[in-house]
Amino acid sequence: MHMADALLSPAVGTAMWGAAAATIAYSSMKVKKELDDRRIPLMGVLGAFIFAAQMINFTIPATGSSGHLGGGLLLTILLGPHAAFLTIASVLVVQSLFFADGGVLALGCNMFNLGFFPAFIAYPLIYRKIAGAQATQRRMTGGAIVAAVAGLQLGAFGVVLETVASGISSLPFATFVGLMQPIHLAIGIVEGLVTATVVAFVYKARPEIVAGAMASQPVGTAPLRRILFSFLAAALLTGGVVSWFASENPDGLEWAIARVTGAEEVAAGESPLHHGLADLQEKVAFLPDYSFRQGVATDHGATVSAGETGQDKASRLGTSVAGGVGALLSLAIAFCLGFVLKRRHQVA
Amino acid sequence: MRAIDGAVADLKRLDLLATGDSVMHRLDARAKVLTTLVFIISVVSFGRYEFTALFPFFIYPVVAASLANLPGGYLIKKIAMVIPFAFVVGMLNPLFDRQPMAQLGPLAVSGGWISCASIIVRAVLTVGAAFILVGMTGFLSVCQALERLGTPKPFTVQLLFLYRYIFVLTEEGARASRARELRSCGRKGLGLSSFGSLIGHLLIRTWLRAERIHMAMLARGFTGEFHSGQLTRFGARELFFVLGWSALFVILRLENAASFMGRLLAGLLT
Repeated sequence: MHMADALLSPAVGTAMWGAAAATIAYSSMKVKKELDDRRIPLMGVLGAFIFAAQMINFTIPATGSSGHLGGGLLLTILLGPHAAFLTIASVLVVQSLFFADGGVLALGCNMFNLGFFPAFIAYPLIYRKIAGAQATQRRMTGGAIVAAVAGLQLGAFGVVLETVASGISSLPFATFVGLMQPIHLAIGIVEGLVTATVVAFVYKARPEIVAGAMASQPVGTAPLRRILFSFLAAALLTGGVVSWFASENPDGLEWAIARVTGAEEVAAGESPLHHGLADLQEKVAFLPDYSFRQGVATDHGATVSAGETGQDKASRLGTSVAGGVGALLSLAIAFCLGFVLKRRHQVA
Repeated sequence: MRAIDGAVADLKRLDLLATGDSVMHRLDARAKVLTTLVFIISVVSFGRYEFTALFPFFIYPVVAASLANLPGGYLIKKIAMVIPFAFVVGMLNPLFDRQPMAQLGPLAVSGGWISCASIIVRAVLTVGAAFILVGMTGFLSVCQALERLGTPKPFTVQLLFLYRYIFVLTEEGARASRARELRSCGRKGLGLSSFGSLIGHLLIRTWLRAERIHMAMLARGFTGEFHSGQLTRFGARELFFVLGWSALFVILRLENAASFMGRLLAGLLT
């Protein structure tokens, strides 16, 4: 479920970065204010624990294949939403930098899909409601399964929305949803079962850990509302700034299609959601891109200009060959440069 | 179990690269973090059918890795391990996007294939940039850079804790998991019940360990921040580095340098 940079547009990526940054700032403030400083080493060490736990596999009942723990809900049950969000976020940072499991620009999306949903939605609104104040084993198991399924469904839907809004993958919205949701229903049930088993074990062996975590976080609706609001504000702010920046350059897709077909109608064949979002972006953007398109089109007029439908296959072939040769050439130059720099380094 | 040991060894190797000493290693980490971000944003800001224009961007990872004296073969292997995932996602594009877009001799290439190729090149560039950032900076310096760029302290402090204890806990987890595997002849007993108690034990040990660590740190005067021996300065060199590369990225983004060079070459030959 970790998203990669390659499928993301800068507008979606930076908007989610802004949102994740706001959530990190809010959670850090909360952790600093409410928890004793013993929690910060605990958070870090538990994050490392999640890392270790994710590497240990188990056999999934009735299928024979193997799975591993995700850990978002488990951390939230043990640490509470704010500390858990920070811990999940830092696990994602290490995963993206050392294993390329999720991109750097996609960190915001991943923190939101894998951290925000379990910590701020599934745990307070579902797990706590089902498990209740005096949690019994059965209620904890039920709560964990329902919360894990809900968290993963929301997360998977987040992945679909972010990917479709980015418009790099051609996967239609409906197909993508149809693929993602059922898979994550199964994953969610397994995740819930595992979480419940581990919590039950810890509860039996060291009840004070689970009970202490439950007692230290009273559940209210106000913090959730506040966090959703600040999240939305941050997303709108960064998204607005980026779409303003982006609209100075014509949208890559429109430009590419216009360049190839000489018409812009093709863009209407996009999925309704992407189209709707594009409309919204056009309305929200401070500078409508029409005023710039003419300029940029003639800028690139040397290759194929946008308006000229008369431009035939020959010239199109010409440009793609020129582009291909140039790509190889630039690759060769880059690697020669690297070779020379490295040689110089070794000689020195 | 070799998988876990392999992953830990891999993590250590990437981390050890940062102990090198080169022009790139000596730069302030903030400059490298910012440049990497500008690089990634420029690469992904291309439209989905852009393919050739992405290639000039290889100049940054290649030059940075060479200047930092990072082992090329290792980086390529590490990137190659991630590319299949990008390929799986990219493979779906040709199925849904069959509009012919380019002509390669007698072959009409559909938009889906072009965007699939584009996704793979993007993945190589962005993944490579992230690995190179860690290899020439090191995780501690990246965290310090994040903090000096305004990331809240509780987040960076626990990020450092997390990183420090990954090595300890993955090794412990690997030992526990190996023991369980050796006791489960014919793959029986690897199910949920043994997993639950295994992970539960690991969790309780981790928890107690965290408390001991914290007490030990308090005894040594820990006040909630880490001090590093030397702090680098964001000087003129760093400014020049960030602005120079960013300017190049913006130029490469606005002007298809590959097609320009191709045309130049064609002009020279005819």
